[in-house]
Amino acid sequence: MSLLEVKNLHVEIDGKKILNGLDLTIEKGKVHAIMGPNGSGKSTLAYVLAGKEDYEVTEGDILFEGESVLEMEPDERAAKGIFLAFQYPIEIPGVATMTFLRTALNAQRKARGEGELSTPELLKRVKDAAARLEIGADMLKRAVNVGFSGGEKKRNEILQMAMLQPKLAVLDETDSGLDIDALKIVADGVNRLRSPERGFVVITHYQRLLDYIVPDVVHVLSKGRIVKTGGKELALELEASGYAQYQQNEAA
Amino acid sequence: MNAEIRPIRTTAEQGLAEAFSRVKATLPGAKAIAALREKAFSEFEARGLPHRRVEEWKYTDLRALMRDAKPLAAPPDAKAKERAKAADVLVGDIDCRRIVFVDGAFAPDLSDLAGLESGLTIRSMAEALSQGDALVGAHLGKAVATDDVAVALNTAFMGDGAVIRIAEGIVVEHPIHLVFVAAGDKPAANFTRSLVVVERGARAMLVESYVGPAGHDYQVNSALELVISDNAHVDHIKLIGEGANALHISSLMANVGAHARFNDFTFTTGGQTVRNQLFVRFTGQETIARIHGANLLKGRQHADTTLVAEHAVGHCQSRELFKSVLDGESRGVFQGKIIVQQHAQKTDAKMLANALLLSETAEADAKPELEIFADDVVCGHGATAGALDDDLLFYLKARGIPQQEAEALLIQAFVGDAVEGIEHAGLREVLMESVAAWLAARG
Repeated sequence: MSLLEVKNLHVEIDGKKILNGLDLTIEKGKVHAIMGPNGSGKSTLAYVLAGKEDYEVTEGDILFEGESVLEMEPDERAAKGIFLAFQYPIEIPGVATMTFLRTALNAQRKARGEGELSTPELLKRVKDAAARLEIGADMLKRAVNVGFSGGEKKRNEILQMAMLQPKLAVLDETDSGLDIDALKIVADGVNRLRSPERGFVVITHYQRLLDYIVPDVVHVLSKGRIVKTGGKELALELEASGYAQYQQNEAA
Repeated sequence: MNAEIRPIRTTAEQGLAEAFSRVKATLPGAKAIAALREKAFSEFEARGLPHRRVEEWKYTDLRALMRDAKPLAAPPDAKAKERAKAADVLVGDIDCRRIVFVDGAFAPDLSDLAGLESGLTIRSMAEALSQGDALVGAHLGKAVATDDVAVALNTAFMGDGAVIRIAEGIVVEHPIHLVFVAAGDKPAANFTRSLVVVERGARAMLVESYVGPAGHDYQVNSALELVISDNAHVDHIKLIGEGANALHISSLMANVGAHARFNDFTFTTGGQTVRNQLFVRFTGQETIARIHGANLLKGRQHADTTLVAEHAVGHCQSRELFKSVLDGESRGVFQGKIIVQQHAQKTDAKMLANALLLSETAEADAKPELEIFADDVVCGHGATAGALDDDLLFYLKARGIPQQEAEALLIQAFVGDAVEGIEHAGLREVLMESVAAWLAARG
């Protein structure tokens, strides 16, 4: 059974069609990159996988470990093991980062019928993961993402991923707004989580991130559909030739 | 033509007039006090209960909301005292000096009067009024002048309350907790009046709690005059946890001297109709004040916070922050006015009211005002009302936090912003637990 199967997915927002029959299959242990021009539907795919309300699925299905998730709330999907690293992580004033991590982790454990994590164990896990992402104790004390720089916010996303240990991680333009040093820290964080049990969907506009997170499969998304699939060399071709050919093909 | 046409008196107005003529001879206090009561009552009679065309009461039409005047509460009997003892007071676990009033009457047997620190004196207002009292003579009705009708009614009917003096330089270790319990078994009204004088350089924390049973039909009109002398440090916390049928009006009149610290917080979760009035006057320079509050309302509750902060002198800083969480068909009102007098240069005042609407049928009304007569000040105000942010909720849910828990987290953060202003860590914790309990009961 595949980890994720997206079948003929059609999605609208406010009556506007964004995804037009998207098919995508992800196996455990694989990293899939999804590249495409602006407006091709990359972020929509990320949000639809996570279950954002505003997006209406008009046709098709999303199967996670063989089970349709379309009727599931975002928190149920998260507890099943789907994680979205946001392109624009949200600031949550007044909610301390530690409280947030503990609440999220324990909510997922509860949904899966597991016991709560003890505070010392939680602290240990957070500290270990934070240290590897060069996230200081002062950042953990602050409210979630409040006053964080763009790079800090992205690292915080990866910290959450490391804590929650999802089965499928969807990274939505995690490279945007990162300088090369921050990009390396984030990529290292992702690479450490690569495992035979975990799948990744890495959404990016640029090939640069894929130098650090080397994908197994590369897809080109254009006008709401996967128009080409290949190996990691496809990303390099795109870097050289751009997306224009795919957009023209679509238009023709 | 400004002849005012007095409409026909309402049942409540008639009831108050009858009650006053019946009980005035028995209320505590000799000639001077009796004259004060008469004067206050005639002020009330001239104007009647305030209604929506009276600007200060625009959102809380007392004439419509107060259908009748409940009879004055009888002195508590043994059963009422037993009920009062069992009453659930929010800060029960915090080490406080409790001064208990049952149906408006001081209950020394339920109060904690042993081992008063030297320099701390506590006395019953009824006793002070009838026997005469220097503190009352010097300050009663004078902390902050107001022509407010609810305060006038309180002055006319004031029965008992606390008279507290904290002498110069004294630091009172434990909070002084004035507990006002409604414990009667018949519809009743009580009018308490307290006076707290904190002398130069003294420090104290004062908590007022108002509680009563859910099924009890009662009215509370309570007033506190607070005199904060130069260099004093006062924390004042008011917890309005009245029963579900209660009509509660309480007024704070605080006069704050120079180089003082004043932290005020009102927390309202109880009562059917609540009007919380704060009249704060800054009369000495270099004082810093934080006037915060939070309302958590549901069902058909109505709570009105009306604040007038007057900077009569310059070089003071005041921060006003009020948060309302409104569920069901509840209504939260905030009227805040900052007045900066002509010579109060370098005043720094910021006022903010935020309302969070949890249902389609809840209502928030905000009326912030600045009246500035000085030309070198930093003043600002803001007001917001809205629902929980969908993007925030999605972010939390995407991490596995279910809807209700995600909402609770955001609501706690919203209220916590104001609660953080409280210096007493134990009390902050108690209030946040109370917020959590309110959220859990919301279901």
